[in-house]
Amino acid sequence: MSNGVTNHKQAADPRKQSSNRMVAGMCVAFVGGMVGMAYAAVPLYAMFCQITGYGGTTQRVEQYSDKILDREITVRFDANVSGGLPWDFKPVARDVQIKIGETKQIHYTATNVFDNPTQGRATFNVTPEIAGAYFNKVECFCFTDTTLKPGETLDMPVVFFVDPEIVNVPEMKDVKTITLSYTFFPIAGEKPVAVAPKGDGEAKNVNSDGKAGG
Amino acid sequence: MAGAAAHDHHDHKPKGWVRWVYSTNHKDIGTLYLIFAIMAGCIGGFLSVMMRWELAEPGIQIFHGLASMVYGVEGDSAIDAGKSMFNAFTTAHGLVMIFFMVMPALIGGFANWMVPIMIGAPDMAFPRMNNISFWLLPPAFLLLILSAFMPSAPGAHGVGGGWTIYPPLSTSGQPGPAMDLAILSLHIAGASSILGAINFITTIFNMRAPGMTLHKMPLFAWSVLITAFLLLLSLPVLAGGITMLLTDRNFGTTFFAPEGGGDPILFQHLFWFFGHPEVYILILPGFGIVSHIVSTFSRKPIFGYLGMAYAMVAIGAVGFVVWAHHMYTTGLSLDTQRYFVFATMVIAVPTGVKIFSWIATMWGGSISMKTPMIWAIGFIFLFTVGGVTGVQLANAGLDRSLHDTYYVVAHFHYVLSLGAVFAIFAAWYYWFPKMTGYMYSAAIANTHFWVTFVGVNLIFFPQHFLGLAGMPRRYIDYPDAYAGWNAVSSYGSYISAIGVLIFLFGVFEAFSKKRVAGANPWGDGATTLEWQLPSPPPFHQWEQLPKIK
Repeated sequence: MSNGVTNHKQAADPRKQSSNRMVAGMCVAFVGGMVGMAYAAVPLYAMFCQITGYGGTTQRVEQYSDKILDREITVRFDANVSGGLPWDFKPVARDVQIKIGETKQIHYTATNVFDNPTQGRATFNVTPEIAGAYFNKVECFCFTDTTLKPGETLDMPVVFFVDPEIVNVPEMKDVKTITLSYTFFPIAGEKPVAVAPKGDGEAKNVNSDGKAGG
Repeated sequence: MAGAAAHDHHDHKPKGWVRWVYSTNHKDIGTLYLIFAIMAGCIGGFLSVMMRWELAEPGIQIFHGLASMVYGVEGDSAIDAGKSMFNAFTTAHGLVMIFFMVMPALIGGFANWMVPIMIGAPDMAFPRMNNISFWLLPPAFLLLILSAFMPSAPGAHGVGGGWTIYPPLSTSGQPGPAMDLAILSLHIAGASSILGAINFITTIFNMRAPGMTLHKMPLFAWSVLITAFLLLLSLPVLAGGITMLLTDRNFGTTFFAPEGGGDPILFQHLFWFFGHPEVYILILPGFGIVSHIVSTFSRKPIFGYLGMAYAMVAIGAVGFVVWAHHMYTTGLSLDTQRYFVFATMVIAVPTGVKIFSWIATMWGGSISMKTPMIWAIGFIFLFTVGGVTGVQLANAGLDRSLHDTYYVVAHFHYVLSLGAVFAIFAAWYYWFPKMTGYMYSAAIANTHFWVTFVGVNLIFFPQHFLGLAGMPRRYIDYPDAYAGWNAVSSYGSYISAIGVLIFLFGVFEAFSKKRVAGANPWGDGATTLEWQLPSPPPFHQWEQLPKIK
């Protein structure tokens, strides 16, 4: 800074200017990097949830548990349908009591009450969310999309077990019940929700109102 | 404008509207920012007084009437529209005050005005970029105002759901164009702030006068440098997050929609990764200002200068790793919560360093209770109150019961509405004579202080009680049990509104009386470079660069 430039023309000094541009360029690169990081957060977060069971994300496994504890836990089943999907979706049994580590098959059923074939995709989680990492599904209808013909009823099995490791988690010490929840969303309904006047001539999205409740 | 022509004629100053609209002069742009902030502050304040008027008594007082006036609805739908309108007012109040009042006042206004002068620079590094930074703000503000008149949810107008715009309420919950306009408004305001931040960083790194090392730089310049870095790091994340909202809404992406494999909680992480540093962006320039004022009116150099500077660096750095303390109720694991509790409480340490250094600066000083000093001491007191409730709320266990109650509202208004705003007024009364050359009436200014001090404390202190009693935020109505303290709180807001009128009158009075302030009205304690210049400073300053000892 002590290069002896003593009047305000320093702003026009070419060396100064290129140095200014360099700092500004680095800042711009930084901003671009942070926007990139924001987008990178999307797959990273999904990966993070998958690995840690964060947010009640359940685990998908190929093998049954090799250890069964002499302690019981209740698993409750919850079923929801997002507005816009005309399905009657419910668990066959509301809850089941199993030993921790025991592999169990339970069933949901879904009926399409509409006069057109409809396609749905289930999202799921467990509550308390911390149990997600210990809730292992061997088979689940939610692994694939489901299409139902008009009036068709489908039996939908889930095969799961609760990881015996769960007894070592302090947060789960007093928890006697885990709730497994599914929500079916219409697949065709993935249209923009905003009623912005777009050039494509589509004035209104009929699904958007119904989705508000979902 | 500051190009070749200005170099040949040092006093050349463009005339009329050209001077302002085409301005590349940091002082003129600073003035524009301050005028903008005052206007936006009045609008944001109007929104809050309307909300307090509504909440003065249980039941619905005024918003069904407002809704039928503005949106032309009648009967029961007026009541529903009124409820939505209250939510829209809450949201708009937050966004206006954060993005269009505090940030333009502190960063665009005072920092633009004073940072180049304080570091001995003739202007900002990129004067034209400075111009575009300002002129992006009015269109952004207009978009936000416009959004209030656009449909959002069925039967509702304006963006409801709070400044945090969490999905799914901000995606499938409000399909109308109001939210799109608000998102666009935030994009533009964010771009304006990012450009400003780049400008400040370049100016402070490259344009300090000879001898002005970073460790001799005034604390206000330090605070702005740190703020600029926070802006640079955090705003792009908000821009990314709200762009995802926009594409989720309009182009069928499912970043935050579970049916497509997205997760609404992800938005909260992105938002608060921006949102928490944002609150430090709002308060750090205030820290810098208060340091100067306390030092000036105690006639002592600031106690622990380096500690003060690096305390701000520490606050800025730690501020990036505490965001999930806004999300304790989203199902974080205990260990995650433990970490965020700890990290959040760590921030109290550098903040404590600052508070105690201000007190130590005053200790044994020759204190004169001029108007800026009164505001600065008010700031220290109120900010500390807000800081104490902040340490309480940092505890995940306690936050379980206080989350989204008026306790949180009281907390962040003590640090921002009372903290940041008191710092703004302290700066206003400190630098007004420098910026205009006129001295305001100390009697009016002190009346402004006391009316505001009593008013804001009446508004927000009772909200602690309401929050502890369990009154949730963001509702138009409440059970009768909360009526008493809500009435007190509403009276406080009317008193504060009178304070704003006194402020405006004081400005008017100062300009009409034209009392000449002189280069340095504050005496020996005012040691920073701006006091070596005449008041108001020449259009181009430091043609002979100052020598720094």
